[in-house]
Amino acid sequence: MSQLAYVAPSSPEEAATALAATGARPLSGGTDLLVQLRAGRVKPDVIVDLKRVAGAIGIREEAGGYVIGGATSGAVLGEHVGLVRAWPGVVEGANLIGSTQVQGRASLAGNLCNASPAADGVPALIAARATCVIVGPNGRREAPVEAIATGPGQTSLSPGEFILEFRLPPRPARASDAYLRLIPRTEMDIAVAGVGVNLVLDAQGRVAQAHVALGAVAPTALLVAEAGAALVGGRLDEASLAAMEAAARAACRPISDKRGTANYRTRIAGVLARRAALIAFARAGGQL
Amino acid sequence: MSETLEKPAAAAVLNVVGTRPIRPDGADKVTGRATYGADFNMPGQLVGKILRSPHAHARIVSIDAGKARGLPGVKAVVTAADFPDLASEMHEGGEQASNLRDLSLNVMARGKALYDGHAVAAVAAVSTEVADAALALIKVTYEVLPHVTEVEDAMASGAPLLHAHLFTEGLPAKPASASNIARRHYNERGDIAQAFAAADVVVEQRYTTQAVHQGYIEPHACVAAWAEDGRCEVWSSSQGQFMVRTYCAKVLGREISDIRVTPAEIGGGFGGKTTVYLEPVALALSRASGHPVKMVMSRDEVFRATGPTSGSVMHVKLGATADGTITAAKVELKFQAGAFPGSPVGAACMTALACYDLANFTITGWDVVTNTPKVAAYRAPGAPIVAFAVESAVDELAVKLGMDPIAIREKNAVHNGTKAAYGPTFQNIGYVETLAAIRDSDHYKAPLGRNQGRGLAVGFWFNIGGESTAAVHIGEDGSAVVVTGNPDIGGSRASMAMMAAETLGLPVERVRPMIADTASIGYSMLTGGSRTTFATGMAVVQAAEQVVAELRKRAAKLWETTVEQVEWKGGQARCLDPAKPDKKPLTLEALAAQSGRMGGPISAQVSLNAQGAGPGFGVHLCDVEVDPDTGRVDVVRYTAAQDVGKAIHPAYVEGQVQGGVAQGVGWALNEAYIFDRDGKMENAGFLDYRMPVASDLPMLDTILVEVPNPRHPFGAKGVGEVPIVPPLAAVANAVRAAIGVRMPDLPLSPPVVLAAMDRRQG
Repeated sequence: MSQLAYVAPSSPEEAATALAATGARPLSGGTDLLVQLRAGRVKPDVIVDLKRVAGAIGIREEAGGYVIGGATSGAVLGEHVGLVRAWPGVVEGANLIGSTQVQGRASLAGNLCNASPAADGVPALIAARATCVIVGPNGRREAPVEAIATGPGQTSLSPGEFILEFRLPPRPARASDAYLRLIPRTEMDIAVAGVGVNLVLDAQGRVAQAHVALGAVAPTALLVAEAGAALVGGRLDEASLAAMEAAARAACRPISDKRGTANYRTRIAGVLARRAALIAFARAGGQL
Repeated sequence: MSETLEKPAAAAVLNVVGTRPIRPDGADKVTGRATYGADFNMPGQLVGKILRSPHAHARIVSIDAGKARGLPGVKAVVTAADFPDLASEMHEGGEQASNLRDLSLNVMARGKALYDGHAVAAVAAVSTEVADAALALIKVTYEVLPHVTEVEDAMASGAPLLHAHLFTEGLPAKPASASNIARRHYNERGDIAQAFAAADVVVEQRYTTQAVHQGYIEPHACVAAWAEDGRCEVWSSSQGQFMVRTYCAKVLGREISDIRVTPAEIGGGFGGKTTVYLEPVALALSRASGHPVKMVMSRDEVFRATGPTSGSVMHVKLGATADGTITAAKVELKFQAGAFPGSPVGAACMTALACYDLANFTITGWDVVTNTPKVAAYRAPGAPIVAFAVESAVDELAVKLGMDPIAIREKNAVHNGTKAAYGPTFQNIGYVETLAAIRDSDHYKAPLGRNQGRGLAVGFWFNIGGESTAAVHIGEDGSAVVVTGNPDIGGSRASMAMMAAETLGLPVERVRPMIADTASIGYSMLTGGSRTTFATGMAVVQAAEQVVAELRKRAAKLWETTVEQVEWKGGQARCLDPAKPDKKPLTLEALAAQSGRMGGPISAQVSLNAQGAGPGFGVHLCDVEVDPDTGRVDVVRYTAAQDVGKAIHPAYVEGQVQGGVAQGVGWALNEAYIFDRDGKMENAGFLDYRMPVASDLPMLDTILVEVPNPRHPFGAKGVGEVPIVPPLAAVANAVRAAIGVRMPDLPLSPPVVLAAMDRRQG
């Protein structure tokens, strides 16, 4: 019978060393890993619990922006008043993962590194232009969130590397974000499509910066620069919204499966992009 | 909101029946103390696991279990060779008859695997890990055969044949060749050709539904122990311990008396636990290993190898005159049976037109085997499927005629004295009262919002009686125990205790309801067919009445008067003898305390075969809101009215109605078995088999209409199955009203609804 070891290192360096071993798997909230273990889809030799690593759990402000520990649970994110005020879209994406019980464990780093194309925590982080602080056997590096997943279940992390924390940029006034997904039910489901939109308005209430990221419509979540660009300079008038929707749809490369056809996913991505943009705009204080 | 509309009746004053006490099984269930199927353990027990076919249709060329047997910790491996090869024999077990040979072949494949998930071998080992490793070491050589999962494909000539010796029954002459069509059901009245020709309006449509699972929370689980002397013990979660006993005895070739089955608490059944899957296998493993064996299914196994109910293709044609009188109906139903004959198409044929008083109709049903799991009963088996088609067609007729959906149903409604399409003459039914309850409801008059639509549908279920046993024992302190043989899947402990309390004149808290094992109470048919409160309740009341008769007899003896001079009222014997004005009433407590001197313990048992179950009718009203950009459907308001005869415990009756609606809404909107091109189920888990979650549904309002059934002591009718019959059509009719397009194919998932809106816009 195979043996399964469990370690819970307290320093990032020890964690990186443990993770570099053959057959090691990181455990953050475990809401994907435990399901995969029970289903026999993964058979690790050692589980490296990252929750006790210094800095892995918690939310702090630094240089005008927020730093979120990679293993911080969705429930903790949802209860952080300042974070919710600055990044409501990031938090609502994270809070859509699983049930109330799962929220007590599920983490953004786990959601990102599980590398599901439909991960609800990811598009809003990408639209937020968040970066990851990655710790590995060769030290620390920083990379944008969209650089982590390379395909379903695949990441760009080297052996031993893990995400210690996320860094969200400083938030100017008149800025907000939103995340929307479509599922056939109202909860406990996997996104057919998901869209994060992050807007910064200028003093006149026009869109100064816009970032649009799509989930579940390609092998990885997508940052669609053309979709964001279509919104810049306006107040979400119909023409710019239509252009943004078209750009979002043009970027979609989905598969057809039991959760939705390619055509349906593409169409819904546009609908959700429009709706998320309108929500983010209103949250940022924009007037249509 | 919930309300009860009671028909004025000369009923006696009731103190317990009709009230809402806390359920006797409630505390155990909310504290986790209740012992479900997987909670029971025996010293020295092994873990049993099943190896399942990865192919939808394959010949089993050979099974080599040598390596598995050699793995340390493996105590037994069994295959079909360890079970007797049974002859074909029908067994009437409750709601649906079963062929014992098919049952046996479904428990363990012999020669051929007929669906993805079909059991081909089983192991017993010292741990789950060893058992899993042993399964991986069993080498099964398959010859993969062409498969068929869709019902019309299976009916086509040239389709892969599941059973070489299956010849369609129910045809005028035996067919020349075998096919996948097990049976044709046919019923007719009048002359439909003439009636359609004379109709002012005709509607005709093809409808489809997908296979759906009962979705009980508790997976199948059991512990079985085969002793050296051949006596067997089984602990399992099922809808009937006597059913488990019979099927285990038959499948293993044992005497009934060799097997005792103890019922566990049951975490949902909905008809799906009216058969056996694990118990005979666990017994065979126990016999081979000499140890007790515990088996618990995973959810994946539950989806792939148990349930579901049929997917279907249906054609409905209705003709009516301009005033809305339906003059002709033609119904054809094709139902997937799964790997063995026995879809609920027969019941579907019988219920299809049961709400309508029709002079001319034909109903044809086809029971068709497919390479999918053998269907099991699911709450009003067959009726929701056909009601979806017929109620959509009636809705279409109303649209075409510009008629109110209740008015067209009232115009064609069955009444007391109407000869039902399926044969009997209705008596004491409350159908038009239920229609009126919805017509008079606030909901029916409420305005609709943007993108919203309202749908109405009706439904019928027979409800059954049948064989039941109940015992009532009085304790020496005057409290009572009520013992029955029916697992409690719908609040029946509460209703048994309440009916006994009412009859004895005790507070319900002083009555403890128990569900006994097969050696401790007389035979009872399984809990199904909405029969328990009616039939077993009748046995409980009669047993309690025998206890009361004994109490009166004892009081008469004490008072030295005749039993006629003693009345039992309010839990006390009262002396009516004018010659003995000084005799104070004797309580049950006082009489029980003297039982040692008065003839011994006070106890009664009644076994009966209850006749006269009253059929039930439901009328459902559903409002939906459709997202015009995504096709997502939200149920925003729902009211279900139902004739329940007499609600023994109204809150649990309302719960039954709400539960049926919730399951029906899931069936309508998102639930479906999805098979890949190899015939493997793609969504064998709750993530992608989309049952509704709590937040998907609004408060489901209920209206209980009480038209008593005079055959039951308190007027009860079965209530558990009717409420799943109308929702499929009620939801679909509401979506049609919202988007202006008839929706004939379930489920109404967002892409399907969006595509329909696209078609409307051209």
